[in-house]
Amino acid sequence: MEVQPIDILLIEDNPGDIELVRAAFEEARAYNHLTVINDGQEAVEFFEKGEAAPDLILLDINLPKVNGFEVLQKIRATQKGKNFPVVILSSSEIELDINRSYSQYTDHFITKPVDFDKFIAVVKSIGKFWLSVVKLPEKKE
Amino acid sequence: MSSIECLLIEDNPGDVELTRESLKHGRIRNNLHVVEDGEQALDYLFQRGEYANTLLPDIILLDLNLPKIDGREVLRALKTDSRRRHIPVIILSSSEAAQDIQESYRLHANCFISKPVQLNDFIKAVQMIETFWIDIVHLPTLPVE
Repeated sequence: MEVQPIDILLIEDNPGDIELVRAAFEEARAYNHLTVINDGQEAVEFFEKGEAAPDLILLDINLPKVNGFEVLQKIRATQKGKNFPVVILSSSEIELDINRSYSQYTDHFITKPVDFDKFIAVVKSIGKFWLSVVKLPEKKE
Repeated sequence: MSSIECLLIEDNPGDVELTRESLKHGRIRNNLHVVEDGEQALDYLFQRGEYANTLLPDIILLDLNLPKIDGREVLRALKTDSRRRHIPVIILSSSEAAQDIQESYRLHANCFISKPVQLNDFIKAVQMIETFWIDIVHLPTLPVE
């Protein structure tokens, strides 16, 4: 199955995790462009402006200023944000966090593995699944 | 590890068999429930009639073109119900039409997969769904208002 390069938006405040995600996607040659937003408030503004839409969003929960749940809710409330996949990638394993994410229409919830190699493997799996198995929605509507 | 209740909503008997055969994990394979049309799917998911005592599934594989009630209607009903909208729905359809893909995401499908035409690719796709959603993803257990 062929991998199509796409635009990914990573909403994440931890510099170490950002580097890991970037490295894993680079290794998987899984994106055209990776945009990083470091806090929740900035993420909300990004969507409210309604400019360029990514193909896939990776969203952390514990973010400065506005947390990931609020970001998710705001994204889903915008016209463009209804459609595209939002994947939660969080260090949380708390059941309430998982359940709340799905009830707010995350596409799926993944816990960041603590182990370095596992972290890379998980990000690669996300890339492989969304880029070679799934049909993504078109960005324009 | 606990078992995973999977509901397959699919009217094509060939695809049902192929999906069942492709599943490798006992955790999901042993608990695969099948309904063949949209009406039955809604009865199952809203625990009506013969399904009154059925557990809600942990994950759903949904075809779009179904007899009686369309798959899109099933998706809409599920994802607008506060007690059921958390359940992940994987669209597994023969459609590749941009409009179907777009509409499915708009109705909050968790992902859209076009059924590969080639047998081997079909098997591979089902196994990739299984590996990803069972081994890597954390599934929800309950809704949160």
